[in-house]
Amino acid sequence: MFLPFFYELRRRGVKVGAQEALALAGALKAGLHDSSLDGFYHVARALLVHSETQLDSFDQAFLSHFQGVETAGLELTQELMSWLEEARDRPRLTPEELALLEALDPEEIRRLFEERLREQKERHDGGNRWIGTGGTSPFGNNGFARGGMRVGGKAGGKQGMAMMQAGARRYAGYRDDLVLDTRQLAVALRKLRAFARDGAPDELDIDESISATARNAGELEVVTRPPRRPNTRVVLAMDVGGSMDPYAAVMSRLFSVASQATHFKELRIYYFHNCVYGKLYATPQLTGGMTVPELVAQVGRHHKLVMVGDASMAPYELAIRTDAEGRYKADGQEGLTWLMQLAQHFERNVWLNPEPMGSWRSGSIAMIAQVFPMFSLTVEGLGEAVAHLTRGRTVKGAAARR
Amino acid sequence: MTPAPPSVRFRGTDSYLTHEGLQAAVNCALTLQRPLLVKGEPGTGKTLLAEAIAQALGHTLLTWHVKSTTRAQDGLYVYDTVQRLYDSRFGDGDVRDIRRYIRMGPLGEAFSAPERVVLLIDEVDKADLEFPNDLLHELDRMRFRVTETNDEVAAKHRPIVVITSNNEKELPDAFLRRCVFHFIDFPDAELMRRIVDVHHPGLDAALADQALKVFYELRGFTRLRKRPSTSELIDWIAVLKAQGVSDLKLDENLPFLGALLKKEQDLVSVAEAFGRGRRTRA
Ligand SMILES: Nc1ncnc2c1ncn2[C@@H]1O[C@H](COP(=O)(O)OP(=O)(O)OP(=O)(O)O)[C@@H](O)[C@H]1O
Ligand SMILES: [Mg+2]
Repeated sequence: MFLPFFYELRRRGVKVGAQEALALAGALKAGLHDSSLDGFYHVARALLVHSETQLDSFDQAFLSHFQGVETAGLELTQELMSWLEEARDRPRLTPEELALLEALDPEEIRRLFEERLREQKERHDGGNRWIGTGGTSPFGNNGFARGGMRVGGKAGGKQGMAMMQAGARRYAGYRDDLVLDTRQLAVALRKLRAFARDGAPDELDIDESISATARNAGELEVVTRPPRRPNTRVVLAMDVGGSMDPYAAVMSRLFSVASQATHFKELRIYYFHNCVYGKLYATPQLTGGMTVPELVAQVGRHHKLVMVGDASMAPYELAIRTDAEGRYKADGQEGLTWLMQLAQHFERNVWLNPEPMGSWRSGSIAMIAQVFPMFSLTVEGLGEAVAHLTRGRTVKGAAARR
Repeated sequence: MTPAPPSVRFRGTDSYLTHEGLQAAVNCALTLQRPLLVKGEPGTGKTLLAEAIAQALGHTLLTWHVKSTTRAQDGLYVYDTVQRLYDSRFGDGDVRDIRRYIRMGPLGEAFSAPERVVLLIDEVDKADLEFPNDLLHELDRMRFRVTETNDEVAAKHRPIVVITSNNEKELPDAFLRRCVFHFIDFPDAELMRRIVDVHHPGLDAALADQALKVFYELRGFTRLRKRPSTSELIDWIAVLKAQGVSDLKLDENLPFLGALLKKEQDLVSVAEAFGRGRRTRA
């Protein structure tokens, strides 16, 4: 009975296989679903889904599998009810069924699924969705799916709860295929963590103590060393004031969370508008902060510099000359030069850009990408950026690599 | 090892409120004897869950709090070589008996306990990426060998294993596939109301309503670095109660905001956004 549901899940990218099937069969056999569809929903979710990123796909699969096509609600027929009731008496999956589950790839499943659906439509009048009695079809053959199910009619009482819950799509925000999935970004960011032995040598080095004692012919020799401490230091500078605002909010939150959770040694957050003109500000309202020369004097080259911005502006904006306070000065430094100064100071630097990569080839983006290694502001891009930031020594200066 | 206990069902406790989804996950884990992995925002009761299960089923709770330096081996046992070294120097006791220097970790303790226990492996994601994989073998087999003595430690009663994660790192697939999974949703206003009632019985209903309203409004404010969670709400209400506050409104005069928002910047941005009657959400 639930094999077709498994195919639906796999088709939607929830990788259920034999292990999950066995677990679910075991739980149903123990009657954990209380013979209700609600119960089935919760039990199946606990056993078939392994990450919150898949909950939305699970809900959608559940909906499309158990909801009547032509009606909004759902009324379980006697068949489904009795299947749910009898699930506890059913044998486990047969080896053939398990093998089938492992062997079919999602494309194949979709094809078979659609074929079957067409046949069903022809054979039945109501256009019900799933009838799995076909003797040779992988959909509910031998053993498990005796009666199959029909759905349709109006929503009925308690049994509707699971459908309502699944229909609410509450987990859409946790999907991992969105452009800016903050959860995944946060996970990627934690990889910035690095350690160094630092401070007073007050930690006992057991291995060294033992070998020193051995070298000492058994005279106890205690060796200590400085403890391992988190050693990540990050300067985060973000473009604000316009289309970049939402990104800045998310990024500063993400970095703060990462910093807290993995105990960065230092995290400095600065803001700029469009391009850096001598100054990096302490607030998104562009107040406070410090000049680039001040920052460079204060902060060592091992800090990791992360710039976030769309790098999109009129080319002349890169050429505006200012002094370090950001005041226009004919003999000041160009915006692009300020950026280069930052890139040259920090041994490890990246620029994260939410603009689609296709647009990076020309204009101001291309120019800035010459200065900073540019990565896209996606889960994947951030992963690459973090890898770049944590890799050993770099070729110094501008445009080291892409 | 004894067979699974007769099917007791977990339904939460008087002080730990659950809903069907979480109950189903716990009961699956109990019945199938698989570890239960719980994730969810901070303060959603992940850690407390293990305590509630132990309480509801009348088992002892053993907690293994994972840190960034924790290794899987620490959970099994530690061989205290340094103590042995000292004893050999200062002649205290029989240093030839290695067993005296083997100390069980939480997993080892859970296995050798005379009764079934609940074992909480808290914040499994804090440790090294390899940590969960290193645990798999022992969790599957429920036994391990102490190499120094060649003794086998085998579980007399399969412990009920609850694992929590804050999503700092992704967990390996092989590990995930063995666990029953539940993602604790952030409580909706109705459940939160009941949680508040549990912690503050007899709280003035009007104050509770206002506090909840402000709380959810603040959580909806996207500029926050750290959104307040259940425990902050409970603390905040405790302060409000103690100070006799009876009327709340989300504006610049919101009392004891510091109990809700732990970050200086968050306090500043809330004051900016909600001060002077302005309600713009930046
Ligand atoms: N379902 C609940 N019933 C009663 N109280 C709850 C519930 N959920 C959370 N709380 C309250 O919230 C507090 C925080 O819970 P807990 O420490 O278990 O959260 P957590 O999810 O482990 O958080 P963290 O990720 O920060 O470790 C608890 O001490 C309790 O007061
Ligand atoms: Mg916790």
